[in-house]
Amino acid sequence: MMEIFSNLGLGFGVALSPMNVLYCFIGVALGTLIGVLPGIGPIATIAMLLPITFNLPPIAALIMLAGIYYGAQYGGSTSAILVNLPGESSSVVTCLDGYQMARQGRAGPALGIAALGSFFAGTVSTLLIALFAPPLAEIAFKFGPAEYFSLMVLGLVAAVVLAQGSLLKSICMVILGLLWGLVGTDVSSGTQRFTFGYSELSDGIGFVGIAMGLFGFSEIISNLEMGQNREVFTSKVGRLLPSLDDFKASWKPVLRGTGLGSFLGILPGGGALLSSFTSYMVEKKLAKDPSRFGKGAIEGVAGPESANNAGAQTSFIPLLTLGIPSNPVMALMIGAMTIQGIAPGPQVMTERPQLFWGMIASMWVGNLLLVVMNLPMIGLWIKLLTVPYRMLFPSILLFCCIGVYSLSSLPFDVYMTAAFGVIGYIFIKLGCEPAPLILGFILGPVMEENLRRAMLLSRGDPSTFFTRPISLGLLIASAIMLLLMAAPVLRKKRQEAFQE
Amino acid sequence: MKIRIRHPQDFFSGLLFIAFGLITIIVAQDYKFGTAVRMGPGYFPMVLGWIMVALGALTSLRSLWLDGPPIPKMALRPILMVTLGVLAFGALIDPLGLVVATLALFVISALGGDEFKIKEILLLFVLLTAVSVGLFVYGLGLTFKVWPL
Repeated sequence: MMEIFSNLGLGFGVALSPMNVLYCFIGVALGTLIGVLPGIGPIATIAMLLPITFNLPPIAALIMLAGIYYGAQYGGSTSAILVNLPGESSSVVTCLDGYQMARQGRAGPALGIAALGSFFAGTVSTLLIALFAPPLAEIAFKFGPAEYFSLMVLGLVAAVVLAQGSLLKSICMVILGLLWGLVGTDVSSGTQRFTFGYSELSDGIGFVGIAMGLFGFSEIISNLEMGQNREVFTSKVGRLLPSLDDFKASWKPVLRGTGLGSFLGILPGGGALLSSFTSYMVEKKLAKDPSRFGKGAIEGVAGPESANNAGAQTSFIPLLTLGIPSNPVMALMIGAMTIQGIAPGPQVMTERPQLFWGMIASMWVGNLLLVVMNLPMIGLWIKLLTVPYRMLFPSILLFCCIGVYSLSSLPFDVYMTAAFGVIGYIFIKLGCEPAPLILGFILGPVMEENLRRAMLLSRGDPSTFFTRPISLGLLIASAIMLLLMAAPVLRKKRQEAFQE
Repeated sequence: MKIRIRHPQDFFSGLLFIAFGLITIIVAQDYKFGTAVRMGPGYFPMVLGWIMVALGALTSLRSLWLDGPPIPKMALRPILMVTLGVLAFGALIDPLGLVVATLALFVISALGGDEFKIKEILLLFVLLTAVSVGLFVYGLGLTFKVWPL
């Protein structure tokens, strides 16, 4: 127990240094600024702002990125409440009751409770990370290549199961991602694979380009064709502080949301989206009068908003301890860490405790800044929402282009991002979810490497995956998940859940 | 019995997956396959390529008896203009610098929106070029060519 405090002490020592607080602040501010733009979710926001962090020292860069993530998340909630346009799927739930509250002139309390609930959830889940990361990292040190391979299988299966839409298509998307991840120089033989003669591809497909194309450009294009008829509730935000009655109605949903979110965030494939959906359904089930939901019930904002923040935080646990991303945002984080020369995994905690604990402490600082900053600055965000989209989208495109180009100074990467924008748009039209693809993309090379090593160690005997207990357990868990989803009853449930 | 595509989204997704799988298989034939103990660079992609083809075929076949929504209409103008704008940025940034590339991106991509107001776009161009030169070139010290000369 004492160790946690000394660790957190070390972390806060790093996080509270004036420079790092400043970076955290900039991150949160920029994250909110971009995240508040309608139709831009955390993934696109992070991808867009990633290049800003490149020239920073690793700790500062990661602190800023974490800040960007929370800012983007909160910005997404703001646009969900005020214009009914969710930046990403995890704020879809917030739209349901948040937007209704805004229409009733209660946008203020909705924004207020979202911020306060998120802060509470953030505090609890930061503590949870401090508690659980070290023992998990201990386990991770025992992992061999076979375990890692099976763990990645589990992660990908979870991503498939939790994606919206058809199971079969999600599996295909994962495999496509794995394949795209293999483009470039093969680490063990030095062979150039799938480069089609382009030397620009020898380091692989640029991660930022693929993320920005699939999640940013394609979104912009489909926003453009939907046309603009949004209604911003600017004049009647009202007071931000929720009333005593609001607090009475909200504290239990906040607590439940925090618990649910913290748990679901740890699961591979989990994170903010699953957490907010589950929390909303739970609150609706528990409510005395479920019919109020969808008509401006504050519980429907308080619960999911706390849950998605808790889930967003605890999804760092698998990343920091195992080096496995559990969702696309974490995949981006891995990309950012790699660029900074940090190999994510259990060794980060032991070899670079300052970085590890500093980042964890800065999560809490980021959450605090979010509350302190956003409540007074809400007016500014609202102003931003009134800017017409026809002026916003060229600006967004520009920052994306500069971001991609500044990474490598290669025009090729800009072209590729444009191509992925088109591909992403086609995926949207065909109902193919890009989230599993991006996870596969990140895991592709790592998975191949671990498969090779495991098979080499076992002299080509594939039973190694089934005879090592941890590996077997992970594979059984994956099989159970897939089977459950294939079962008709549950499949129906899943569809209902996503429709709600 | 007449064969009818009941789920166009799945049918075409399946074809897309099959195509990607086939490309993979064909290209991966040039890479050493190796053995299960010592996997060559072709092993993993080849296996995945075949799985991709199989699952893609399943997706397409399934669409012959599973019902689904039609493929939503595609608007050609936004996708064309946004893509062209970005391509123009990429083509112009090296030879002519950030200012010209930004102008091209703004004017071309703005044509993809439902309203095009040239004054507005030019104003936005001046404003954002100033911001991005200030932020990226002076603030972050990224080495960008700013002007054509």
